[in-house]
Amino acid sequence: MTVLTKQLHSDRQAPPRHPWKHLATRWIKKQLFPTPFQSCLSLTTLVLLLWFIPFALDWLLFSATFVGDSKADCVGDGACWLPVTQRIELFVYGFYPDTEIWRVNIAFGLAASILPVLYLKQVDRRWVLGYLIVLPFLMWWLLKGGAGLSEVSSTKFAGILVTIFLGVIGMLFALPIGILLALGRRSKKPAIKLLSVLYIELVRSVPVITLLFMASLMIQLFFPEGMTIDIFLRVLIVLIMFTAAYMAETIRGGLQGISSGQFEAAEALGFSYWKTMGLIILPQVLRNTIPPLLTQFIGLFKETTLVVVVGVLDVVGIAMSTTSAPEWLGLEHEVYLFLALFFFIICFTLSHYARHLEKQMEKSRL
Amino acid sequence: MSTASQLTSTEPVDRDATAVSINNLNKWYGNFHALKNISLKVTSGERIVICGPSGSGKSTLIRCINQLERHQQGSLTVLEETLDEDRKRLQRIRRNVGMCFQHFNLFPHLSVLKNCTLPQTANLGLSQAEAIEYALTLLDRVQMREHANKYPGQLSGGQQQRIAIARALCMRPQVMLFDEPTSALDPEMIAEVLEVMVDLANDGMTMLCVTHEMGFARRVADRVVFMDRGEIVEEAPPQQFFDTPQSPRTKQFLTQILDHGVTTA
Ligand SMILES: Nc1ncnc2c1ncn2[C@@H]1O[C@H](COP(=O)(O)OP(=O)(O)OP(=O)(O)O)[C@@H](O)[C@H]1O
Ligand SMILES: [Mg+2]
Repeated sequence: MTVLTKQLHSDRQAPPRHPWKHLATRWIKKQLFPTPFQSCLSLTTLVLLLWFIPFALDWLLFSATFVGDSKADCVGDGACWLPVTQRIELFVYGFYPDTEIWRVNIAFGLAASILPVLYLKQVDRRWVLGYLIVLPFLMWWLLKGGAGLSEVSSTKFAGILVTIFLGVIGMLFALPIGILLALGRRSKKPAIKLLSVLYIELVRSVPVITLLFMASLMIQLFFPEGMTIDIFLRVLIVLIMFTAAYMAETIRGGLQGISSGQFEAAEALGFSYWKTMGLIILPQVLRNTIPPLLTQFIGLFKETTLVVVVGVLDVVGIAMSTTSAPEWLGLEHEVYLFLALFFFIICFTLSHYARHLEKQMEKSRL
Repeated sequence: MSTASQLTSTEPVDRDATAVSINNLNKWYGNFHALKNISLKVTSGERIVICGPSGSGKSTLIRCINQLERHQQGSLTVLEETLDEDRKRLQRIRRNVGMCFQHFNLFPHLSVLKNCTLPQTANLGLSQAEAIEYALTLLDRVQMREHANKYPGQLSGGQQQRIAIARALCMRPQVMLFDEPTSALDPEMIAEVLEVMVDLANDGMTMLCVTHEMGFARRVADRVVFMDRGEIVEEAPPQQFFDTPQSPRTKQFLTQILDHGVTTA
């Protein structure tokens, strides 16, 4: 008590000339050098960073080459970004016909608009839901064509276009299927319950890459001669079914968190099963599980890169074809760094958004 | 949608009609015999208070009436309809039988107003405007109108329970079930909820209340039903029940409950 008043007193007597400086030193002392051991760690990290950052920046930016036509133009000591800058259209749009690229841009815009739409609180939930339901079909139509737009063969799909397409459409379909599976697993009807459990457990115990191989090789066996399903559609279905099984478990966890009183109140008011679920239980479950579901979306987004093993050229496929092209041989570092940056930006944004939502929800839960 | 027919409940009810009729009801939880040969007849407009020690089966009985619990033996007729496997019939009965729970069970993701309008729009097929109008009248009646835009989590227990009553009334029920509506409340909030229930009773609502509020029982009940170990031990008008209880088990229960100072005012 006396110490405190004394301190207050002395603080008042001699106000530090630069209060922020004072605060900064205090913060540094408290956060970085609280104990000898931690001081050692902090110092080591600092030294490493001081040595590494200038080196990295120099290589990545200052001595790097950004403009030029071929590998011959890369004369500096730094990175040679030409394989990326020269082929950026290939990376983003794949082999999509040049005149139709506006369609891809609109599809990207629609996909990106999901985040702000989820942000808006004033907009009626039903509109948001409607938008999310229409979106995958809209994207499919934009990219694939038909009904007024010229058709584009899916062999032309490649690059970021494929990655975003698989990720967004996969998510939007996986969620409702996941919900149905979760409800099925809790169903009182033994047949439905058994099927759901079997499906979820089976899918969860097989690596996704196995399922992708099965999709590319085996599914054809089940269809009559001559009838083929687009390989693109096949991997999309696998990704959806795979993610749905995991989401089902997340949602089941959310369902268990809802007290039985909620079900009873709804039943007592005469709500049917589907109305109880749709209007009362699921809105609460989804609100509570948005953060883990977004994490799963991030997982799905990264898993889309596996489609390259069955011959679908996503952004990784383009990267691989770039590094093996004779004119860009030996520039793997740059190409894969670019790839890492691309995934980092998108996944970091999403996980940041998930954290933001989590905080929001903590605030609103009184 | 068979909506129009469900709104006729606002018509004056036949005073002598049987609202709830329970005949030789038996219910087991696994091997545990929770309700033993229960028979009870409640006429329209009658107010029944059910009391008894913990675990005696009061909640089970009242929850059988709207089939939140299923019984194994005996028959149950509610508002002229005998309960069976028919889900449509069960839903119709549930819409005509309101229920209030010990822990309110309001929908936390919906505002107070939405809690009251959603059952109407979803189950009675009313328009949003009609639903809001009726909900506001009822919220007025339980003196919660100024809180219409708040969320349940922002309100006290007493306020939540009054909203739960309003929500149940929004379905225009002909019978109301209460399962210890005040026992999760702090003492100072009990009165405000009881007041609403007394008001409802004076309006002629058919009510079955599980409660330990003996003052309330004295004031509004037409009959008090005492249960113990899954049986109805005694049923009598309140005056007779409190002043000259017949069974030793009733006497014991009454002395216990009075000793513990539960409100008798
Ligand atoms: N779901 C259940 N499964 C098994 N036993 C149950 C279940 N619900 C209730 N019981 C048992 O049935 C008996 C009656 O329970 P009930 O809840 O109807 O009692 P109650 O009279 O309402 O008691 P309280 O005053 O504590 O609410 C109790 O012995 C209880 O343990
Ligand atoms: Mg009880």
